[in-house]
Amino acid sequence: MLSVRGIRESAGDRLFLLGVYTFLVFVLLAVLLPLLHIVSSSFSSPQAVVSGKVWILPVEFSLEGYKAVFDSKSIWSGFANSVYYTVVGTFVNVLLTVLIAYPLSRRTFYGRNLIMMLLVFTMLFDGGIIPFYLLVKDLGMIDSRWALIVPGALAVFQVIIAKTFFQSSLPEEIWEAASLDGCSDIRFMTSVVLPLSKPILAVMTLMYAVGHWNAYFDALIFLKSQELFPLQIVLRNILILNTVDPTMLSNADQMLAQTGLKDLLKYSLIVVASLPILMIYPFVQKHFVKGVMIGSLKG
Amino acid sequence: MSVAVKKIKKHWQLYLVVLPSMIYILLFKYYPMIGVQIAFKEFNVIQGIWGSEWVGLEHFRSFVQNPNFWLLIKNTLGISLYGIAVGFPAPILLALALNEIRNGLFKKSVQMVTYAPYFISTVIMVSILIVNLSPNVGVVSKLYTAFGWETVNFMGIPAFFKSIYVWSDVWQHTGYGAIIYLAALSGVNPELYEAARVDGASRIQKIVNVDLPSIVPVTVVLLVLNVGNVMKLGFEKIYLMQNPLNLSTSEVISTYVYKVGLIGADFSFSAAVGLFNSVINLVLLLLVNALAKRLSGSSLW
Repeated sequence: MLSVRGIRESAGDRLFLLGVYTFLVFVLLAVLLPLLHIVSSSFSSPQAVVSGKVWILPVEFSLEGYKAVFDSKSIWSGFANSVYYTVVGTFVNVLLTVLIAYPLSRRTFYGRNLIMMLLVFTMLFDGGIIPFYLLVKDLGMIDSRWALIVPGALAVFQVIIAKTFFQSSLPEEIWEAASLDGCSDIRFMTSVVLPLSKPILAVMTLMYAVGHWNAYFDALIFLKSQELFPLQIVLRNILILNTVDPTMLSNADQMLAQTGLKDLLKYSLIVVASLPILMIYPFVQKHFVKGVMIGSLKG
Repeated sequence: MSVAVKKIKKHWQLYLVVLPSMIYILLFKYYPMIGVQIAFKEFNVIQGIWGSEWVGLEHFRSFVQNPNFWLLIKNTLGISLYGIAVGFPAPILLALALNEIRNGLFKKSVQMVTYAPYFISTVIMVSILIVNLSPNVGVVSKLYTAFGWETVNFMGIPAFFKSIYVWSDVWQHTGYGAIIYLAALSGVNPELYEAARVDGASRIQKIVNVDLPSIVPVTVVLLVLNVGNVMKLGFEKIYLMQNPLNLSTSEVISTYVYKVGLIGADFSFSAAVGLFNSVINLVLLLLVNALAKRLSGSSLW
Protein backbone atom coordinates (compact mmCIF):
# COMPACT_ATOMS: atom_id res chain seq x y z
CA MET A 1 0.00 0.00 0.00
CA LEU A 2 2.93 2.28 0.72
CA SER A 3 3.96 2.32 -2.91
CA VAL A 4 0.78 4.12 -3.94
CA ARG A 5 0.77 6.63 -1.09
CA GLY A 6 1.46 9.25 -3.73
CA ILE A 7 -2.14 9.18 -4.92
CA ARG A 8 -3.99 11.81 -2.89
CA GLU A 9 -7.14 10.98 -1.05
CA SER A 10 -10.19 12.55 -2.65
CA ALA A 11 -12.53 14.83 -0.70
CA GLY A 12 -15.16 12.10 -0.71
CA ASP A 13 -12.74 9.61 0.80
CA ARG A 14 -11.69 12.00 3.53
CA LEU A 15 -15.32 12.65 4.38
CA PHE A 16 -15.91 8.90 4.50
CA LEU A 17 -12.93 8.42 6.76
CA LEU A 18 -14.26 11.12 9.05
CA GLY A 19 -17.52 9.17 9.18
CA VAL A 20 -15.60 6.00 10.09
CA TYR A 21 -13.81 7.76 12.96
CA THR A 22 -17.07 9.24 14.24
CA PHE A 23 -18.66 5.80 14.18
CA LEU A 24 -15.75 4.23 16.06
CA VAL A 25 -15.70 6.98 18.68
CA PHE A 26 -19.43 6.42 19.17
CA VAL A 27 -18.89 2.65 19.56
CA LEU A 28 -16.02 3.21 21.98
CA LEU A 29 -18.11 5.50 24.18
CA ALA A 30 -21.16 3.26 23.99
CA VAL A 31 -19.16 0.36 25.41
CA LEU A 32 -16.97 2.34 27.79
CA LEU A 33 -19.42 4.71 29.48
CA PRO A 34 -21.73 2.09 31.01
CA LEU A 35 -18.65 0.32 32.40
CA LEU A 36 -17.21 3.54 33.77
CA HIS A 37 -20.52 4.42 35.36
CA ILE A 38 -20.55 1.13 37.26
CA VAL A 39 -16.95 1.40 38.41
CA SER A 40 -17.47 5.02 39.50
CA SER A 41 -20.68 4.22 41.32
CA SER A 42 -18.91 1.46 43.21
CA PHE A 43 -16.43 4.03 44.56
CA SER A 44 -19.07 6.59 45.53
CA SER A 45 -20.97 7.08 48.75
CA PRO A 46 -24.29 5.27 49.22
CA GLN A 47 -26.16 8.58 49.35
CA ALA A 48 -24.67 9.77 46.07
CA VAL A 49 -25.61 6.52 44.35
CA VAL A 50 -29.17 6.41 45.63
CA SER A 51 -29.83 10.05 44.81
CA GLY A 52 -28.48 9.51 41.31
CA LYS A 53 -25.63 12.02 41.41
CA VAL A 54 -23.08 9.68 39.88
CA TRP A 55 -22.58 9.84 36.12
CA ILE A 56 -19.08 9.16 34.86
CA LEU A 57 -16.85 10.02 37.81
CA PRO A 58 -17.12 8.91 41.44
CA VAL A 59 -19.00 11.30 43.75
CA GLU A 60 -18.01 11.57 47.44
CA PHE A 61 -15.37 8.85 47.10
CA SER A 62 -15.89 5.97 49.51
CA LEU A 63 -15.02 2.32 49.85
CA GLU A 64 -18.12 1.40 51.81
CA GLY A 65 -19.52 -0.75 49.01
CA TYR A 66 -16.34 -2.82 48.91
CA LYS A 67 -16.28 -3.08 52.68
CA ALA A 68 -19.79 -4.49 52.57
CA VAL A 69 -18.81 -6.95 49.86
CA PHE A 70 -15.81 -8.23 51.77
CA ASP A 71 -17.75 -8.43 55.03
CA SER A 72 -20.30 -10.77 53.57
CA LYS A 73 -19.91 -14.42 54.45
CA SER A 74 -21.90 -15.73 51.49
CA ILE A 75 -19.79 -13.78 49.02
CA TRP A 76 -16.54 -15.11 50.45
CA SER A 77 -17.75 -18.68 50.35
CA GLY A 78 -19.06 -18.22 46.80
CA PHE A 79 -15.76 -16.72 45.77
CA ALA A 80 -13.79 -19.61 47.27
CA ASN A 81 -16.09 -22.18 45.63
CA SER A 82 -15.78 -20.50 42.25
CA VAL A 83 -12.00 -20.51 42.50
CA TYR A 84 -12.12 -24.22 43.30
CA TYR A 85 -14.50 -25.08 40.45
CA THR A 86 -12.53 -22.95 38.03
CA VAL A 87 -9.11 -24.35 38.90
CA VAL A 88 -10.07 -28.02 39.14
CA GLY A 89 -12.61 -27.86 36.32
CA THR A 90 -10.26 -26.10 33.94
CA PHE A 91 -7.48 -28.56 34.67
CA VAL A 92 -9.74 -31.51 33.89
CA ASN A 93 -11.03 -29.73 30.77
CA VAL A 94 -7.60 -28.98 29.34
CA LEU A 95 -6.28 -32.44 30.17
CA LEU A 96 -9.15 -34.29 28.50
CA THR A 97 -9.12 -31.96 25.50
CA VAL A 98 -5.41 -32.45 24.81
CA LEU A 99 -5.69 -36.19 25.36
CA ILE A 100 -8.24 -36.58 22.61
CA ALA A 101 -7.24 -33.71 20.31
CA TYR A 102 -3.64 -34.77 19.84
CA PRO A 103 -4.29 -38.36 18.68
CA LEU A 104 -7.04 -37.03 16.38
CA SER A 105 -4.50 -34.75 14.75
CA ARG A 106 -2.34 -37.70 13.71
CA ARG A 107 -2.93 -39.00 10.20
CA THR A 108 -1.78 -42.46 11.26
CA PHE A 109 -4.36 -42.71 14.05
CA TYR A 110 -6.65 -45.46 12.84
CA GLY A 111 -10.33 -44.62 13.32
CA ARG A 112 -9.89 -40.87 13.60
CA ASN A 113 -12.62 -40.14 11.06
CA LEU A 114 -15.12 -42.22 12.96
CA ILE A 115 -14.26 -40.46 16.23
CA MET A 116 -14.45 -37.05 14.56
CA MET A 117 -17.89 -37.88 13.23
CA LEU A 118 -19.01 -38.95 16.68
CA LEU A 119 -17.76 -35.64 18.08
CA VAL A 120 -19.26 -33.40 15.41
CA PHE A 121 -22.64 -35.07 15.67
CA THR A 122 -22.89 -34.05 19.33
CA MET A 123 -22.68 -30.43 18.20
CA LEU A 124 -25.72 -30.87 15.97
CA PHE A 125 -27.99 -32.83 18.24
CA ASP A 126 -28.28 -33.51 21.94
CA GLY A 127 -30.62 -35.37 24.21
CA GLY A 128 -31.75 -32.24 25.97
CA ILE A 129 -31.64 -31.16 29.55
CA ILE A 130 -34.00 -33.75 31.07
CA PRO A 131 -32.14 -36.98 30.12
CA PHE A 132 -28.89 -35.20 31.01
CA TYR A 133 -30.21 -34.25 34.44
CA LEU A 134 -31.49 -37.79 35.07
CA LEU A 135 -28.08 -39.21 34.12
CA VAL A 136 -26.25 -36.93 36.55
CA LYS A 137 -28.82 -37.86 39.18
CA ASP A 138 -28.37 -41.59 38.56
CA LEU A 139 -24.61 -41.15 38.91
CA GLY A 140 -25.26 -39.75 42.39
CA MET A 141 -23.68 -36.38 41.67
CA ILE A 142 -26.62 -34.16 42.60
CA ASP A 143 -25.64 -31.66 45.27
CA SER A 144 -21.95 -32.52 45.15
CA ARG A 145 -18.91 -30.71 43.81
CA TRP A 146 -18.56 -33.42 41.14
CA ALA A 147 -21.66 -32.09 39.40
CA LEU A 148 -19.85 -28.91 38.38
CA ILE A 149 -16.71 -30.70 37.19
CA VAL A 150 -17.57 -34.04 35.58
CA PRO A 151 -20.66 -33.45 33.39
CA GLY A 152 -18.92 -30.57 31.61
CA ALA A 153 -15.46 -32.12 31.49
CA LEU A 154 -14.96 -31.61 27.75
CA ALA A 155 -16.15 -29.16 25.10
CA VAL A 156 -16.21 -30.62 21.61
CA PHE A 157 -15.66 -27.23 20.04
CA GLN A 158 -12.37 -26.85 21.92
CA VAL A 159 -11.28 -30.31 20.78
CA ILE A 160 -11.72 -29.24 17.18
CA ILE A 161 -9.75 -26.03 17.75
CA ALA A 162 -6.91 -27.90 19.46
CA LYS A 163 -6.85 -30.66 16.85
CA THR A 164 -6.54 -28.07 14.08
CA PHE A 165 -3.72 -26.37 15.95
CA PHE A 166 -1.79 -29.62 16.42
CA GLN A 167 -2.28 -30.51 12.78
CA SER A 168 -1.00 -27.20 11.48
CA SER A 169 1.88 -26.67 13.88
CA LEU A 170 3.18 -30.19 14.51
CA PRO A 171 3.74 -31.94 11.18
CA GLU A 172 3.91 -35.73 11.13
CA GLU A 173 7.64 -35.51 10.27
CA ILE A 174 8.57 -34.39 13.79
CA TRP A 175 6.94 -37.49 15.17
CA GLU A 176 8.68 -39.69 12.59
CA ALA A 177 12.05 -38.27 13.55
CA ALA A 178 11.35 -38.75 17.24
CA SER A 179 10.09 -42.30 16.80
CA LEU A 180 13.27 -43.23 14.93
CA ASP A 181 15.11 -42.19 18.07
CA GLY A 182 12.90 -44.60 20.00
CA CYS A 183 10.44 -42.09 21.43
CA SER A 184 7.08 -43.52 22.47
CA ASP A 185 3.75 -41.81 21.75
CA ILE A 186 3.17 -40.76 25.35
CA ARG A 187 6.74 -39.57 25.78
CA PHE A 188 6.35 -37.55 22.57
CA MET A 189 3.17 -35.91 23.89
CA THR A 190 4.71 -34.87 27.17
CA SER A 191 8.12 -33.74 25.98
CA VAL A 192 7.47 -32.42 22.46
CA VAL A 193 3.77 -31.68 21.93
CA LEU A 194 3.08 -29.87 25.19
CA PRO A 195 6.09 -27.51 25.13
CA LEU A 196 5.32 -26.58 21.51
CA SER A 197 1.64 -25.92 22.20
CA LYS A 198 1.80 -23.14 24.75
CA PRO A 199 -0.30 -20.67 22.73
CA ILE A 200 -3.19 -23.06 22.30
CA LEU A 201 -2.93 -24.22 25.92
CA ALA A 202 -3.12 -20.60 27.08
CA VAL A 203 -6.18 -19.87 24.96
CA MET A 204 -7.90 -23.08 25.96
CA THR A 205 -7.23 -22.45 29.63
CA LEU A 206 -8.67 -18.95 29.38
CA MET A 207 -11.77 -20.04 27.48
CA TYR A 208 -12.51 -22.92 29.84
CA ALA A 209 -11.73 -20.79 32.90
CA VAL A 210 -14.07 -18.03 31.74
CA GLY A 211 -16.73 -20.67 31.23
CA HIS A 212 -16.35 -22.06 34.74
CA TRP A 213 -16.10 -18.68 36.42
CA ASN A 214 -19.21 -17.37 34.66
CA ALA A 215 -21.33 -20.53 34.81
CA TYR A 216 -24.47 -20.58 36.91
CA PHE A 217 -26.81 -22.97 35.12
CA ASP A 218 -25.14 -26.23 36.25
CA ALA A 219 -25.09 -24.99 39.81
CA LEU A 220 -28.71 -23.91 39.54
CA ILE A 221 -29.94 -27.35 38.55
CA PHE A 222 -27.48 -29.62 40.37
CA LEU A 223 -26.74 -27.93 43.69
CA LYS A 224 -28.94 -27.46 46.71
CA SER A 225 -26.51 -26.74 49.57
CA GLN A 226 -25.64 -23.10 50.15
CA GLU A 227 -22.08 -23.93 51.12
CA LEU A 228 -21.38 -25.40 47.67
CA PHE A 229 -22.75 -22.45 45.69
CA PRO A 230 -20.37 -20.76 43.26
CA LEU A 231 -20.12 -17.00 43.17
CA GLN A 232 -22.54 -16.59 40.26
CA ILE A 233 -25.39 -18.19 42.21
CA VAL A 234 -24.64 -16.01 45.23
CA LEU A 235 -24.61 -13.00 42.90
CA ARG A 236 -27.90 -14.03 41.37
CA ASN A 237 -29.48 -14.27 44.80
CA ILE A 238 -28.23 -10.87 45.84
CA LEU A 239 -28.35 -8.93 42.59
CA ILE A 240 -31.29 -10.34 40.72
CA LEU A 241 -33.55 -12.03 43.22
CA ASN A 242 -32.71 -9.48 45.92
CA THR A 243 -32.63 -12.19 48.53
CA VAL A 244 -29.95 -13.23 50.94
CA ASP A 245 -30.21 -16.55 52.67
CA PRO A 246 -30.60 -15.94 56.42
CA THR A 247 -28.30 -18.79 57.45
CA MET A 248 -25.45 -17.26 55.48
CA LEU A 249 -25.90 -13.79 56.91
CA SER A 250 -23.25 -12.03 58.90
CA ASN A 251 -23.80 -8.80 60.79
CA ALA A 252 -22.80 -6.82 57.75
CA ASP A 253 -25.50 -8.46 55.66
CA GLN A 254 -28.15 -7.59 58.20
CA MET A 255 -27.03 -3.99 58.24
CA LEU A 256 -27.21 -3.95 54.48
CA ALA A 257 -30.78 -5.04 54.37
CA GLN A 258 -31.70 -1.91 56.29
CA THR A 259 -29.54 0.81 54.83
CA GLY A 260 -29.17 2.33 51.40
CA LEU A 261 -25.91 0.43 51.17
CA LYS A 262 -27.74 -2.27 49.30
CA ASP A 263 -27.75 -0.40 46.00
CA LEU A 264 -24.11 0.54 46.37
CA LEU A 265 -23.17 -3.03 47.18
CA LYS A 266 -24.53 -4.15 43.81
CA TYR A 267 -22.08 -1.94 41.95
CA SER A 268 -19.11 -3.02 44.03
CA LEU A 269 -20.14 -6.62 43.67
CA ILE A 270 -20.30 -6.31 39.88
CA VAL A 271 -16.75 -4.95 39.87
CA VAL A 272 -15.36 -7.54 42.28
CA ALA A 273 -16.94 -10.46 40.43
CA SER A 274 -15.68 -9.35 37.01
CA LEU A 275 -12.17 -8.47 38.11
CA PRO A 276 -10.44 -11.88 38.12
CA ILE A 277 -11.26 -12.62 34.47
CA LEU A 278 -10.59 -9.08 33.28
CA MET A 279 -7.20 -9.22 34.96
CA ILE A 280 -5.99 -12.34 33.13
CA TYR A 281 -7.37 -11.33 29.79
CA PRO A 282 -4.72 -8.81 28.67
CA PHE A 283 -2.04 -11.45 29.17
CA VAL A 284 -3.72 -14.01 27.00
CA GLN A 285 -5.21 -11.57 24.53
CA LYS A 286 -2.52 -11.85 21.90
CA HIS A 287 -2.86 -15.62 21.80
CA PHE A 288 -6.57 -15.25 21.94
CA VAL A 289 -7.06 -13.79 18.50
CA LYS A 290 -4.91 -16.57 17.10
CA GLY A 291 -6.93 -19.21 18.92
CA VAL A 292 -10.26 -17.90 17.73
CA MET A 293 -8.92 -17.81 14.18
CA ILE A 294 -7.48 -21.30 14.12
CA GLY A 295 -10.65 -22.78 15.46
CA SER A 296 -13.21 -21.06 13.39
CA LEU A 297 -11.65 -20.74 9.97
CA LYS A 298 -10.13 -24.11 9.41
CA GLY A 299 -12.22 -26.08 11.90
CA MET B 1 -9.00 -56.37 9.67
CA SER B 2 -5.56 -57.54 10.67
CA VAL B 3 -4.16 -54.33 9.18
CA ALA B 4 -6.35 -52.34 11.54
CA VAL B 5 -5.28 -54.42 14.52
CA LYS B 6 -1.67 -53.89 13.55
CA LYS B 7 -2.13 -50.15 13.29
CA ILE B 8 -3.88 -50.03 16.63
CA LYS B 9 -1.21 -52.17 18.28
CA LYS B 10 1.57 -49.97 16.95
CA HIS B 11 0.03 -46.87 18.54
CA TRP B 12 -1.65 -48.51 21.52
CA GLN B 13 -0.54 -45.62 23.72
CA LEU B 14 -2.61 -43.16 21.70
CA TYR B 15 -5.71 -45.34 22.15
CA LEU B 16 -5.07 -45.52 25.86
CA VAL B 17 -4.77 -41.74 26.03
CA VAL B 18 -8.02 -41.18 24.13
CA LEU B 19 -9.98 -43.53 26.37
CA PRO B 20 -11.05 -41.13 29.19
CA SER B 21 -12.31 -38.50 26.74
CA MET B 22 -14.18 -41.12 24.71
CA ILE B 23 -15.84 -42.49 27.83
CA TYR B 24 -16.91 -38.95 28.66
CA ILE B 25 -18.38 -38.42 25.16
CA LEU B 26 -20.27 -41.70 25.15
CA LEU B 27 -21.57 -41.30 28.68
CA PHE B 28 -22.48 -37.60 28.76
CA LYS B 29 -23.32 -36.97 25.10
CA TYR B 30 -24.61 -40.24 23.64
CA TYR B 31 -26.27 -41.82 26.65
CA PRO B 32 -28.64 -38.82 27.06
CA MET B 33 -29.51 -39.18 23.37
CA ILE B 34 -30.75 -42.69 24.09
CA GLY B 35 -32.39 -41.38 27.22
CA VAL B 36 -34.50 -39.12 25.04
CA GLN B 37 -36.92 -42.05 24.73
CA ILE B 38 -38.34 -40.71 27.98
CA ALA B 39 -40.26 -38.28 25.76
CA PHE B 40 -42.25 -41.20 24.38
CA LYS B 41 -42.87 -42.80 27.77
CA GLU B 42 -44.73 -41.97 30.96
CA PHE B 43 -41.77 -41.51 33.29
CA ASN B 44 -42.05 -43.32 36.54
CA VAL B 45 -39.42 -42.68 39.20
CA ILE B 46 -39.36 -46.24 40.48
CA GLN B 47 -39.01 -47.93 37.10
CA GLY B 48 -36.63 -45.34 35.65
CA ILE B 49 -36.28 -44.39 32.00
CA TRP B 50 -35.98 -47.97 30.77
CA GLY B 51 -38.82 -49.52 32.71
CA SER B 52 -41.45 -46.83 32.20
CA GLU B 53 -44.41 -47.47 29.96
CA TRP B 54 -44.52 -46.32 26.33
CA VAL B 55 -47.17 -43.73 25.50
CA GLY B 56 -46.19 -42.89 21.91
CA LEU B 57 -46.67 -39.30 20.81
CA GLU B 58 -49.00 -38.42 23.68
CA HIS B 59 -46.69 -35.73 25.14
CA PHE B 60 -46.07 -34.12 21.76
CA ARG B 61 -49.79 -33.97 21.14
CA SER B 62 -50.47 -32.30 24.43
CA PHE B 63 -47.68 -29.78 23.80
CA VAL B 64 -49.06 -28.76 20.41
CA GLN B 65 -52.54 -28.43 21.91
CA ASN B 66 -51.18 -26.49 24.87
CA PRO B 67 -52.53 -22.92 25.03
CA ASN B 68 -48.92 -21.72 25.43
CA PHE B 69 -47.71 -23.47 22.28
CA TRP B 70 -47.98 -20.61 19.79
CA LEU B 71 -46.81 -18.04 22.32
CA LEU B 72 -43.64 -20.07 22.97
CA ILE B 73 -42.94 -20.53 19.26
CA LYS B 74 -43.60 -16.87 18.58
CA ASN B 75 -41.31 -15.69 21.38
CA THR B 76 -38.52 -18.15 20.58
CA LEU B 77 -38.48 -17.33 16.88
CA GLY B 78 -39.10 -13.62 17.41
CA ILE B 79 -36.19 -13.08 19.79
CA SER B 80 -33.85 -15.22 17.68
CA LEU B 81 -34.60 -13.63 14.36
CA TYR B 82 -34.47 -10.12 15.83
CA GLY B 83 -31.13 -11.09 17.36
CA ILE B 84 -29.73 -12.32 14.05
CA ALA B 85 -31.02 -9.31 12.12
CA VAL B 86 -29.27 -6.87 14.47
CA GLY B 87 -26.49 -8.92 16.02
CA PHE B 88 -25.17 -10.58 12.91
CA PRO B 89 -24.23 -7.51 10.82
CA ALA B 90 -22.89 -5.56 13.82
CA PRO B 91 -19.46 -7.25 14.07
CA ILE B 92 -19.02 -7.04 10.28
CA LEU B 93 -19.67 -3.32 10.40
CA LEU B 94 -17.22 -2.84 13.26
CA ALA B 95 -14.55 -4.91 11.53
CA LEU B 96 -14.92 -2.99 8.27
CA ALA B 97 -14.65 0.32 10.12
CA LEU B 98 -11.59 -0.80 12.10
CA ASN B 99 -10.02 -2.05 8.90
CA GLU B 100 -10.24 1.43 7.40
CA ILE B 101 -8.07 3.14 9.98
CA ARG B 102 -4.36 2.82 10.40
CA ASN B 103 -2.94 0.63 13.15
CA GLY B 104 -2.39 2.84 16.15
CA LEU B 105 -3.33 3.54 19.71
CA PHE B 106 -6.91 4.47 18.81
CA LYS B 107 -7.53 1.28 16.88
CA LYS B 108 -6.05 -0.81 19.67
CA SER B 109 -8.11 0.93 22.34
CA VAL B 110 -11.34 0.45 20.43
CA GLN B 111 -10.56 -3.25 20.09
CA MET B 112 -9.49 -3.72 23.73
CA VAL B 113 -12.54 -1.92 25.05
CA THR B 114 -15.10 -3.51 22.75
CA TYR B 115 -14.13 -7.05 23.50
CA ALA B 116 -13.89 -6.71 27.23
CA PRO B 117 -17.68 -7.08 27.74
CA TYR B 118 -17.49 -10.58 26.26
CA PHE B 119 -15.92 -11.70 29.54
CA ILE B 120 -18.71 -10.39 31.73
CA SER B 121 -20.83 -13.23 33.09
CA THR B 122 -24.51 -13.54 32.25
CA VAL B 123 -25.51 -12.95 35.85
CA ILE B 124 -23.48 -9.74 35.97
CA MET B 125 -24.73 -8.65 32.55
CA VAL B 126 -28.33 -9.02 33.63
CA SER B 127 -27.61 -7.26 36.94
CA ILE B 128 -26.12 -4.37 35.01
CA LEU B 129 -29.30 -4.21 32.95
CA ILE B 130 -31.53 -4.37 36.00
CA VAL B 131 -29.53 -1.74 37.89
CA ASN B 132 -29.36 0.64 34.95
CA LEU B 133 -32.99 0.19 33.93
CA SER B 134 -34.46 0.30 37.42
CA PRO B 135 -37.02 3.05 37.90
CA ASN B 136 -35.30 4.64 40.93
CA VAL B 137 -31.49 4.47 40.61
CA GLY B 138 -31.08 3.59 36.94
CA VAL B 139 -29.17 5.81 34.53
CA VAL B 140 -31.75 5.34 31.80
CA SER B 141 -34.51 6.46 34.12
CA LYS B 142 -32.46 9.50 35.09
CA LEU B 143 -32.11 10.39 31.43
CA TYR B 144 -35.85 10.00 31.08
CA THR B 145 -36.56 12.32 33.99
CA ALA B 146 -33.96 14.76 32.68
CA PHE B 147 -36.11 15.06 29.55
CA GLY B 148 -39.15 15.54 31.73
CA TRP B 149 -40.70 12.16 30.95
CA GLU B 150 -42.13 9.84 33.51
CA THR B 151 -39.82 6.98 34.53
CA VAL B 152 -41.01 3.46 33.90
CA ASN B 153 -40.04 -0.02 35.00
CA PHE B 154 -38.39 -1.05 31.72
CA MET B 155 -37.80 -4.66 32.71
CA GLY B 156 -41.49 -5.07 33.52
CA ILE B 157 -42.86 -3.91 30.18
CA PRO B 158 -43.41 -6.86 27.81
CA ALA B 159 -42.98 -4.76 24.67
CA PHE B 160 -39.42 -3.80 25.67
CA PHE B 161 -38.16 -7.28 26.45
CA LYS B 162 -36.94 -8.32 22.99
CA SER B 163 -35.09 -5.08 22.39
CA ILE B 164 -33.41 -5.07 25.78
CA TYR B 165 -32.30 -8.65 25.23
CA VAL B 166 -31.04 -8.15 21.68
CA TRP B 167 -29.30 -4.80 22.10
CA SER B 168 -27.55 -5.78 25.32
CA ASP B 169 -26.28 -8.83 23.45
CA VAL B 170 -24.98 -6.57 20.71
CA TRP B 171 -23.25 -4.46 23.37
CA GLN B 172 -21.62 -7.53 24.86
CA HIS B 173 -20.63 -9.54 21.79
CA THR B 174 -19.92 -7.21 18.87
CA GLY B 175 -16.27 -6.57 19.69
CA TYR B 176 -15.52 -10.23 20.15
CA GLY B 177 -17.41 -11.18 17.02
CA ALA B 178 -15.42 -8.66 14.98
CA ILE B 179 -12.13 -10.52 15.64
CA ILE B 180 -12.84 -13.19 13.10
CA TYR B 181 -13.83 -10.76 10.33
CA LEU B 182 -10.79 -8.59 11.06
CA ALA B 183 -8.57 -11.61 10.67
CA ALA B 184 -10.25 -12.50 7.41
CA LEU B 185 -9.74 -8.92 6.21
CA SER B 186 -6.08 -8.96 7.18
CA GLY B 187 -5.66 -11.98 4.94
CA VAL B 188 -6.72 -10.07 1.82
CA ASN B 189 -3.98 -9.97 -0.81
CA PRO B 190 -2.44 -6.42 -0.68
CA GLU B 191 -2.12 -6.43 -4.46
CA LEU B 192 -5.90 -6.25 -4.69
CA TYR B 193 -5.85 -2.98 -2.72
CA GLU B 194 -3.08 -1.59 -4.86
CA ALA B 195 -4.92 -2.51 -8.04
CA ALA B 196 -8.08 -0.88 -6.69
CA ARG B 197 -6.16 2.28 -5.82
CA VAL B 198 -4.46 2.50 -9.17
CA ASP B 199 -7.84 2.10 -10.82
CA GLY B 200 -8.98 5.11 -8.80
CA ALA B 201 -11.44 3.29 -6.54
CA SER B 202 -12.84 5.32 -3.67
CA ARG B 203 -12.78 3.90 -0.14
CA ILE B 204 -16.38 2.83 -0.42
CA GLN B 205 -15.79 1.14 -3.77
CA LYS B 206 -12.80 -0.64 -2.27
CA ILE B 207 -14.94 -1.96 0.60
CA VAL B 208 -17.68 -3.13 -1.74
CA ASN B 209 -15.42 -4.71 -4.35
CA VAL B 210 -12.47 -6.00 -2.34
CA ASP B 211 -13.31 -6.27 1.37
CA LEU B 212 -16.83 -7.64 1.23
CA PRO B 213 -16.18 -10.42 -1.31
CA SER B 214 -13.18 -11.54 0.71
CA ILE B 215 -15.19 -12.13 3.89
CA VAL B 216 -18.08 -13.92 2.22
CA PRO B 217 -16.95 -17.47 3.09
CA VAL B 218 -16.57 -16.70 6.82
CA THR B 219 -19.83 -14.79 6.81
CA VAL B 220 -21.77 -17.65 5.25
CA VAL B 221 -20.41 -20.21 7.70
CA LEU B 222 -21.22 -18.01 10.69
CA LEU B 223 -24.67 -17.20 9.35
CA VAL B 224 -25.47 -20.88 8.89
CA LEU B 225 -24.34 -21.54 12.45
CA ASN B 226 -26.46 -18.67 13.73
CA VAL B 227 -29.59 -19.68 11.90
CA GLY B 228 -28.92 -23.28 12.94
CA ASN B 229 -29.10 -22.17 16.55
CA VAL B 230 -32.36 -20.27 16.19
CA MET B 231 -34.29 -22.64 18.43
CA LYS B 232 -31.45 -23.01 20.95
CA LEU B 233 -32.03 -19.57 22.32
CA GLY B 234 -29.81 -18.91 25.31
CA PHE B 235 -31.62 -20.08 28.37
CA GLU B 236 -29.21 -18.44 30.78
CA LYS B 237 -29.80 -14.80 30.00
CA ILE B 238 -33.51 -14.98 29.27
CA TYR B 239 -34.23 -16.88 32.46
CA LEU B 240 -32.45 -14.25 34.52
CA MET B 241 -34.21 -11.39 32.75
CA GLN B 242 -37.65 -12.84 33.32
CA ASN B 243 -40.05 -11.46 35.85
CA PRO B 244 -43.77 -12.03 36.33
CA LEU B 245 -44.55 -8.84 34.42
CA ASN B 246 -42.71 -9.61 31.19
CA LEU B 247 -43.48 -13.34 30.89
CA SER B 248 -45.85 -12.86 27.96
CA THR B 249 -42.92 -11.94 25.72
CA SER B 250 -40.02 -13.54 27.59
CA GLU B 251 -41.13 -17.16 27.99
CA VAL B 252 -39.29 -19.25 25.39
CA ILE B 253 -39.11 -22.99 24.84
CA SER B 254 -35.91 -23.52 26.84
CA THR B 255 -37.17 -21.65 29.90
CA TYR B 256 -40.48 -23.49 29.64
CA VAL B 257 -38.70 -26.87 29.52
CA TYR B 258 -36.73 -25.95 32.64
CA LYS B 259 -39.78 -24.82 34.57
CA VAL B 260 -42.06 -27.68 33.63
CA GLY B 261 -39.38 -30.36 33.75
CA LEU B 262 -36.95 -29.57 36.52
CA ILE B 263 -39.01 -27.35 38.76
CA GLY B 264 -42.37 -29.02 38.07
CA ALA B 265 -40.82 -32.52 37.84
CA ASP B 266 -42.86 -33.37 34.75
CA PHE B 267 -39.89 -35.09 33.10
CA SER B 268 -41.58 -36.81 30.18
CA PHE B 269 -43.63 -33.88 28.92
CA SER B 270 -40.76 -31.44 29.16
CA ALA B 271 -38.34 -33.87 27.48
CA ALA B 272 -40.84 -34.07 24.62
CA VAL B 273 -40.89 -30.28 24.34
CA GLY B 274 -37.09 -30.23 24.38
CA LEU B 275 -36.88 -32.93 21.72
CA PHE B 276 -39.39 -31.09 19.54
CA ASN B 277 -37.12 -28.08 19.82
CA SER B 278 -33.88 -29.98 19.02
CA VAL B 279 -35.40 -31.65 15.98
CA ILE B 280 -36.64 -28.38 14.48
CA ASN B 281 -33.22 -26.92 15.15
CA LEU B 282 -31.41 -29.78 13.43
CA VAL B 283 -33.71 -29.61 10.41
CA LEU B 284 -33.17 -25.84 10.15
CA LEU B 285 -29.41 -26.26 10.32
CA LEU B 286 -29.39 -28.89 7.58
CA LEU B 287 -31.71 -26.81 5.39
CA VAL B 288 -29.78 -23.56 5.71
CA ASN B 289 -26.50 -25.35 5.17
CA ALA B 290 -27.74 -27.00 1.99
CA LEU B 291 -29.12 -23.67 0.79
CA ALA B 292 -25.83 -21.89 1.50
CA LYS B 293 -23.89 -24.56 -0.36
CA ARG B 294 -26.11 -24.06 -3.39
CA LEU B 295 -26.09 -20.30 -3.41
CA SER B 296 -22.56 -19.39 -2.38
CA GLY B 297 -20.51 -22.55 -2.53
CA SER B 298 -19.50 -22.23 1.13
CA SER B 299 -21.03 -24.36 3.84
CA LEU B 300 -20.30 -25.95 7.20
CA TRP B 301 -19.21 -29.25 5.68
